Amino acid sequence: MLFYGTELSSRMMLGTAQYPSPAIMEDAFRRSGASVATVSLRREGGRGQGFWDIVRKLGVHLLPNTAGCHSAREAVTTARMAREMFETNWIKLEVIGHSDTLQPDPFGLLDAAETLSAEGFEVFPYTTEDQVLAQRLLDAGCKVLMPWGAPIGSGLGLNNRHGLRMLRAAFPDVPMVIDAGLGLPSHAAEAMEMGFDAILLNTAIAQAGDPALMACAFARAVEAGRMARDADPMSPRDMAVPSTPVIGKAWL
Amino acid sequence: MAEITIIGAGVAGLFAAHELSRRGARVRVLDRSGSPGPHGCSWWAGGMLAPDCEGATAEPVVTRLGREAAAAWARVTTVTHRGTLVVALHRDRSELDRFARRTQGAHRLDADGIRALEPDLDHRDGLHFPDEAHLDPRSALADLLADLDRRDVAVERAEATPEDIAGTVIDARGMAAPGLRGVRGEMVVIRSPEIALTRPVRLLHPRHPLYVVPRGDGRLMLGATQLESASCGPIHVRSLLELLSAAYALDPRLAEAELVETGADLRPAYPDNIPRVTRKGRILRLNGLFRHGFLLAPALARQAADLLLNDTKGELVHEDRG
Repeated sequence: MLFYGTELSSRMMLGTAQYPSPAIMEDAFRRSGASVATVSLRREGGRGQGFWDIVRKLGVHLLPNTAGCHSAREAVTTARMAREMFETNWIKLEVIGHSDTLQPDPFGLLDAAETLSAEGFEVFPYTTEDQVLAQRLLDAGCKVLMPWGAPIGSGLGLNNRHGLRMLRAAFPDVPMVIDAGLGLPSHAAEAMEMGFDAILLNTAIAQAGDPALMACAFARAVEAGRMARDADPMSPRDMAVPSTPVIGKAWL
Repeated sequence: MAEITIIGAGVAGLFAAHELSRRGARVRVLDRSGSPGPHGCSWWAGGMLAPDCEGATAEPVVTRLGREAAAAWARVTTVTHRGTLVVALHRDRSELDRFARRTQGAHRLDADGIRALEPDLDHRDGLHFPDEAHLDPRSALADLLADLDRRDVAVERAEATPEDIAGTVIDARGMAAPGLRGVRGEMVVIRSPEIALTRPVRLLHPRHPLYVVPRGDGRLMLGATQLESASCGPIHVRSLLELLSAAYALDPRLAEAELVETGADLRPAYPDNIPRVTRKGRILRLNGLFRHGFLLAPALARQAADLLLNDTKGELVHEDRG
């Protein structure tokens, strides 16, 4: 699976905020095998050279985000700063519409996605499972979608399985990353079983009691979920089917 | 033993001077800005001696070594032994369960239990860490200076680097020394006519955790943000909004308080957020106290003194052979 022409070595993307220390963050990245690190410019911008040096040394692809932006204009400005600072066209576009649920503002998102795509950015839009919005984002030039599992930091897992399944089925060839709301490795496995291409998470690992151990757990769940998907799982049935032969016994 | 020169008159340098001279060494202290003041990050500290609560996120060594802080500080300044109270909004009460699970020494409290400790607070669920303590950082720095004065040690105002000075040098310059990462912290002091507190109170909040430390005279210190940023300008509006909103969530009557002071500075830190005594020849670097300046300065000073005077290597000691 290619993300704007880049083949990733792992289906896990990991955030860089909220760890007890940068040393623990490094450990979590190592144990997760994550291939992409998201970085936030909005709050910790500019001059924290020591921290950026540590992030760069992780040796993974950097995906700057526009976390904390509440309007298209703010997000576009932040994206331009991020491109200059991190020397990448990748941008995870977040335009927050509601401060309590942190859900995306679909209108601001589309507006910013159009502007940034026209400027040559490779946009990873943080969106809902809405199919109409997804189509509009693709029309605006996005070649990746990042639908939410649940509100950011909530750890609730996949809130709308039906909607996510429909979205996956509607755009089978578009790389899709489940972004936000995952709390447990089982949520990640489920996302992979449903056919999503990758997951992005931060809080569930950074705020675990042992972030590196949780990172390892998520990595295995992602791998398990993806293998299950590739193995073509059986369909659920209403009738019991014995797995041991019953030949030789009386049965109806 | 010949005289030891200490560069940096923040909490790390001054406590090292105190520890070494109390154990018989001759010391002198240099600082480019003279005595402690707003130019140093120790000035903006919270002053919580809370090894148990810090253990929720910090490495176990922080809790273990932090336990010696209250007794060590009591030798030079007033330490208040009233523990720490931890509360959460009813909506977030599961955070309290988790905090109790991630720490040691917590006692469960209900509304009556909380009121018995802090009569002005109305909360339904809380935790008490009775073994913790707090101090007023600015008084503590002044008392350290007075203690040194009694030992005939004064802080000399002089710009110096360790390489310039002969003999044994302790480099406790904080962010002015090379190789440290800055973690920005922002704080607010308010004066509340209605809410009197007698011990530090922590509000667990999924987005905006807060601690409040009583400073006497109705003053409450609210802290503190923790941003991976090496910018040390004034407090940001967003941070001020968050700290004050969290205080308002702790108790709406705090909205009636006066805003007395705001501050921001950088905490010097190593990648593991654990302080170090780094030995390179005759130079000892004491640095990286992160958010544990007052909590860990006594242990850092003790291990530096143990190394210099007894040649014993504590767990914070690193050798720089580069």
